[in-house]
Amino acid sequence: MAGKEKIGVLALQGAVREHLNLFHKLGVEAIAVKRREQLDEMDGLVIPGGESTAIGKLIRQYDLRNPIMDFYAKGKPVFGTCAGLILIAKHIAENDEAHLPLLDVTVQRNAFGRQVDSFEADLPIKGVAEDFRAVFIRAPLITSVGDDVDVLSTVRDQVVAVQQGNLLGISFHPELTDDTRLHAYFLSMVQKAIEKLS
Amino acid sequence: MTQTGTDRVKRGMAEMQKGGVIMDVVNAEQAKIAEEAGAVAVMALERVPSDIRAAGGVARMADLTIVEEVLKAVSIPVMAKARIGHFIEARLLESMGVDYIDESEVLTPADEVYHIDKSTFTVPFVCGARNLGEALRRVGEGASMIRTKGEPGTGNIVEAVRHMRMMQSQIRKVTGMSRDELMTEAKELGAPFELLLQIHETGKLPVVNFAAGGVATPADAALMMHLGSDGVFVGSGIFKSSNPAKFAKAIVEATTHYEDFALIAELSKDLGSPMTGIEISKLEAHERMQERGW
Repeated sequence: MAGKEKIGVLALQGAVREHLNLFHKLGVEAIAVKRREQLDEMDGLVIPGGESTAIGKLIRQYDLRNPIMDFYAKGKPVFGTCAGLILIAKHIAENDEAHLPLLDVTVQRNAFGRQVDSFEADLPIKGVAEDFRAVFIRAPLITSVGDDVDVLSTVRDQVVAVQQGNLLGISFHPELTDDTRLHAYFLSMVQKAIEKLS
Repeated sequence: MTQTGTDRVKRGMAEMQKGGVIMDVVNAEQAKIAEEAGAVAVMALERVPSDIRAAGGVARMADLTIVEEVLKAVSIPVMAKARIGHFIEARLLESMGVDYIDESEVLTPADEVYHIDKSTFTVPFVCGARNLGEALRRVGEGASMIRTKGEPGTGNIVEAVRHMRMMQSQIRKVTGMSRDELMTEAKELGAPFELLLQIHETGKLPVVNFAAGGVATPADAALMMHLGSDGVFVGSGIFKSSNPAKFAKAIVEATTHYEDFALIAELSKDLGSPMTGIEISKLEAHERMQERGW
């Protein structure tokens, strides 16, 4: 099902290699993206898990904010996991400003507690899987969603996966398992976007 | 149905720190400077390693009021050190909500034979190692992250380089061996066979491996990344430099962009002076912290 699409994984800090490996497993070209110029060649962008404050600072320091906003504005999909979800959220609870205000949700950082409260669980994800092993590490929660946002999954009645058009936001770490189904789902979003753009 | 403290959750936490810098801090103010500079975590201590060296005597787990102060001050993960083998210090740190425990040779060991059975904890552990055998013994005990020992508090990168090179070359050797050679290799390294087999099959350690013990400049950090480190711990190197905020930021950037030499050159200018270093040969045998651990 893979074609010529190129997927970038923002490689400022965090679990970059794991995302690349899952895309490679799907037979897709995936590249670590550190600089603005690289974005032009990409058809989709993943913002991985890591420390959102650290990645956020590096995004600002290297003027990546506008290039990523433009990337999305051109109709190209963006996928944020954990820290990546925080980075693409329009609103961050108890926080000053958003990093890349794209996804119309409010997220709360470290919402489940500290590391000892980190956990894994099997979750159904709408349109993706019935039994996805979801790994939550100092994970954020989505506390409110805009009208155009589709909730894909919840845990303990709290929202942990959403889609809004070309944006996919997940508060857990699909890249820490061997399960490629969410990555395949994002790939299909990228393929649809390419069709639309051509 | 939901499980806490699994290997995946504990090791995954370290995966999220990759490409980042973890900084030693002794109070809330330093923790905020570290967070502001883009640290991925802070290590809450009573004294940085160079001061522990200078003070002598028995170095124990930090005063818990300092740990509490740091936990409250920042939103990034907070680590803290327990003495080798001191599982009660570790339990106290776990109960306070520390995100990662470093069973550390920087402190005076509490047990000269056994390390903590880290597999029984919900909180993950990081441990120091000088070679593959030591790293895999720690992983066998339940460590979820490894770092080189280097020689803490010296500002001298030579030991961290030695340890990282040793580990990488031993991993390459094990990867290239034939399967029937592995048991003897396990015996010689003092490493659990099953873990060695795993490295033979995957070509890498089963956990994240950071550099520690002597990183003092942005160039040091980039050097360790080139040698195969997943990230960097900076102990005394930041708050013993003449301009901690600037040093911290420069080391973070050099770790992210370790392949961009022009950038590292630029951010190495006008930094002020790094911490004063110590030549390893000037240390007496009993002053070498890296020998602690079994």
